[in-house]
Order: sequence, then C-alpha cells, then structure tokens
Amino acid sequence: MSETMLKVDNLNVYYGNIHAIKGVSFEVNRGEIVTLIGANGAGKTTTLQTISGLLRSRTGSVEFMGENLFHVAPHKIVSHGLAQVPEGRRVFTQMSVEENLEMGAYTRAKSEIADSIAYVYEQFPRLKERRRQVAGTLSGGEQQMLAMGRALMSKPQLLMLDEPSMGLAPILVEQIFDIIRNLHKDGVTILLVEQNAQMALSVADRGYVLEVGSIATTGTGMELLENDAVRRAYLGG
Amino acid sequence: MTFLTYLISGISLGSVYAIIALGYTMVYGIAKMLNFAHGDVIMVGAYIAYCVMSYLGLSPIVSVIAAMIVCTLLGIIIERLAYKPLRSAASLAVLITAIGVSYFLQNSALLIWGSATKIFPTVVAGDGVSLFGGQVRITAVALTTILTCVVIMIALTMFIKMTKIGKAMRAVSEDKGAAQLMGINVNGTISVTFAIGSALAAIAGVLLCSAYPNLMPTTGSLPGIKAFTAAVFGGIGSIPGAMLGGILLGIIEIFAKAYISTQLSDAIVFAVLIIVLLVKPTGLLGKQIHEKV
Repeated sequence: MSETMLKVDNLNVYYGNIHAIKGVSFEVNRGEIVTLIGANGAGKTTTLQTISGLLRSRTGSVEFMGENLFHVAPHKIVSHGLAQVPEGRRVFTQMSVEENLEMGAYTRAKSEIADSIAYVYEQFPRLKERRRQVAGTLSGGEQQMLAMGRALMSKPQLLMLDEPSMGLAPILVEQIFDIIRNLHKDGVTILLVEQNAQMALSVADRGYVLEVGSIATTGTGMELLENDAVRRAYLGG
Repeated sequence: MTFLTYLISGISLGSVYAIIALGYTMVYGIAKMLNFAHGDVIMVGAYIAYCVMSYLGLSPIVSVIAAMIVCTLLGIIIERLAYKPLRSAASLAVLITAIGVSYFLQNSALLIWGSATKIFPTVVAGDGVSLFGGQVRITAVALTTILTCVVIMIALTMFIKMTKIGKAMRAVSEDKGAAQLMGINVNGTISVTFAIGSALAAIAGVLLCSAYPNLMPTTGSLPGIKAFTAAVFGGIGSIPGAMLGGILLGIIEIFAKAYISTQLSDAIVFAVLIIVLLVKPTGLLGKQIHEKV
C-alpha cells in the first residue's frame, strides 16, 4: 500500500444556506492520478477550493503529507507542495507569460526559479515562443498551458487540475492530457477534476464520482469506465 | 505669454492632483474600493509637516519625511481597523465606512489643531526660474511640485513593473483568488498599497499647502474629491491614467479660472468630467477587459 498523500475527511461546505458539499471524504496516494468526476454543480470545484483554503469547510479535515491544512491561510498552502490550476485557467491576463510563471514561483527564492522556468518551457514550447506576450492575448489552449505551467513553478508534490479540458477543441484536449501523463511520469501526483469523464477515467488510477455534493461511487478508472450507472450518467451510454 | 504662465501653474496644480489620484487609483485597483478618507490623509500629512516645522523648528525635508511616516502608519491602521473587517461586505458598506473615516479624521484634526486656519510655512526656498526675459516666471514651488510628480511617476511605474511586490500587486488587482493560490498574501499586499498611497498623500499635502498655504481640517476634502475625479477621468485603476487625469484637471481648472470665471471653475471641472465619462465611460486610459474563452 502506497503512502497517503492527501486525505480529505468529511468536508461540509456551505454557500450561505446552500449545503454544497455534504460529508465528502477521499484520498490521494503518492504517485497516483485520481479524478473527481461529476456533473455541473456536483461540487467538484468547491471541493478543490476547500482543499486550497479559498473556501472553508464547517467540519472535517484536510491532511496533506501528514500536516493538517484545515486552518492554514490560503496563501500559505502552496508552499506545502500543493498547487492548483483553477477552473477557467485564471491566468493574469495583463501580465506577460513569463511574469505569470514568476508569480507561480512567488514563494520560492529568485535563484531557484530559472530551472523551473526551463522545465516549464520544455513541457510547453509554445509558452517559450510567447514569453514576452501578455497572457490575455493567448488562445484558450495556450492559457491552459500557462495556467498549468504557472502551477508547476511552485514545484508541487500534488497538482490539482480543475477542468483543464474546458472549452478546448478535441485536439487540444488530447494534448493537455498527454501533458498530464508526462507530468505524472515525472513524479507529480495528480488530482484531476473533470466533466470529460471519458478522458479523465482513462488516465486515472482511481476515480470518485460526485453527485449533488456527496461521493456516490468510487473505484479504479477501469472499473468506473465499465460501471453501468457511470456510463449512463457521464459517458453517454 | 500669460497663457504659458497659466499652463505652468495648471500643470503644477495638476501634479498635486495627480499624486493624490495615484492613491485613489492604486487602492481602487487592488482593494476594489474607493477610499474617500484619502483626501483627509493629505490634510493630516500637512498638519504633521506644519507641526514639525513650526513647533520643532526642523527643516522642510525632515518635516516631509515625518509626515510620510505618520501618514503611512495612518493608512495602514485605517485599512486594518476600518476596511479589512469589511473585506467581504457589500461595497456600499465599505463606501459609507470610508466617508465615516473621512469625518473622523477631520474632526480629530479639529480637536487637535483647532478650527483656526494655520498659515503653512514656506517649504521651498528660492526664486524660481524666469523664461523669455522675465515674461514667464515659474515659482520654485511650482517647479518642485512638477519635478516631484515626475519622479514619483517614474519610481512608481518601475516599482509596479519590476519588483516582486509590484508584480504581486498587479496579480492581486486582477484576481485575488488566483493570487492566493500562487502564495501571495492578499492582505499584506493591500496594506502595502495603502502605505504607498498614504505616503504619497503626505507629499501631496505638503506640496498643496506650499502653493496654497491655508491649512485647516477641511483642507484635504476638496482636493481629495478633485483628485478622485482626476482618477476617474484618467481611468480608475490605471496609474498613467491618474497622472494624465490629474494634470489635465489642474490645467482645466486654472484655465477656467483665468479665462472664464473664478466662481465657476469647479463647476467647469466637474462638467468636463461628466462629458468625458459620457463619451468614454472607462475614462481616458481605462481598459475594458475582455475575457477570452
């Protein structure tokens, strides 16, 4: 049994009176790709934002590599080795590509970041071509690459990706998933939130299905791909 | 030649507005709030400089530095006590609080320094410069004000563009959540913004009172409102916009006074603002941000 890296236990998150996340618990082991799939509004993004500290759960805990992150300020979480690529990319559109990457390494010493920039440019040669360009002028796919590159700049142990395929043409979706596989090969553990269940389950070691704020089913990627209920609900047949 | 004289005094007055407008625009850009107490920080800065010069007998430079230190602390304290608890509150609540802080500062000044007008001592010595055989004179105060404004503009632009904190400020102004994911301390960044804005307000207070030496507890409010106007005029949130808006506003005001009517000059200034906003609602250099999907 491999080491548990992230242990999320009994999260309950509210937006005002709306109970968005109802007792969600799951785990990610070191070296895995784990996916959270589910329909729009199932609570996938809310779960990731709670792990990153942007939202607060009323109960439970978030344990990352043995440390409880539950009460850690959101800006201190990234230095624990946990980075998030947010939904909708959220790159800094008025800053250059390279400045965006620098922001990704905000908590690291300036002398350490040259290597990381080189690594990101190696993964995403497109970004290197556009390094001086303002991020707002990039295409959607390039912005997604930038958002991923920016998150990698913190040298995360665990990378959380929120809907990386959203709004992208199929060929770009393939490319993004190739990159996810590459990063995984390089030793990054991945927690992937996706609406594109087919793609997500085919790369994932394990998956959790979120339905209206709770975890409905769990299993390996293969099992879920073959699960009838999952097929009907998320895989179109 | 009188035209040139008016133009120079317009640029000089506009430089003061511009320095004040920087405080409004930076705070708006980063904290997304209108700090209507900003004008009163100017007044506090002027009083501090006045006290240091008149009561302690120290040099103008020391007085400016003292005013900057006090105002920086004041700005940070105001933000911590009055605005930070309202970070997630409705913007109307924050606006009303800012107006409350403004009255609080004015009344505190009234309590400490009384209502009698103080005559601000001369800060800038020297005769100034004569051009065209004495036809156009630039006073030493006007010259200092314009130069100070240029230096501040350049320094601030470099700071925002090059330094780590400056970049963090830009990141926070665009997306607080994403900035936090990067590890940027949003509250700390907002404090720095208030500190810089308030330090600039202290400089503006001294420059303003050097040109118009009547100092009283309400000294900051009208220039504050005009500088806010200048910030909106130039495009609120934009640093070059605040500079441009401030200087144009100063020129318009002086020209209106010189060529149209002294009584109506403020009305004309605000009328120009209304016209600009009707034609270009984002202000002169304001950007409409388009999101790309």
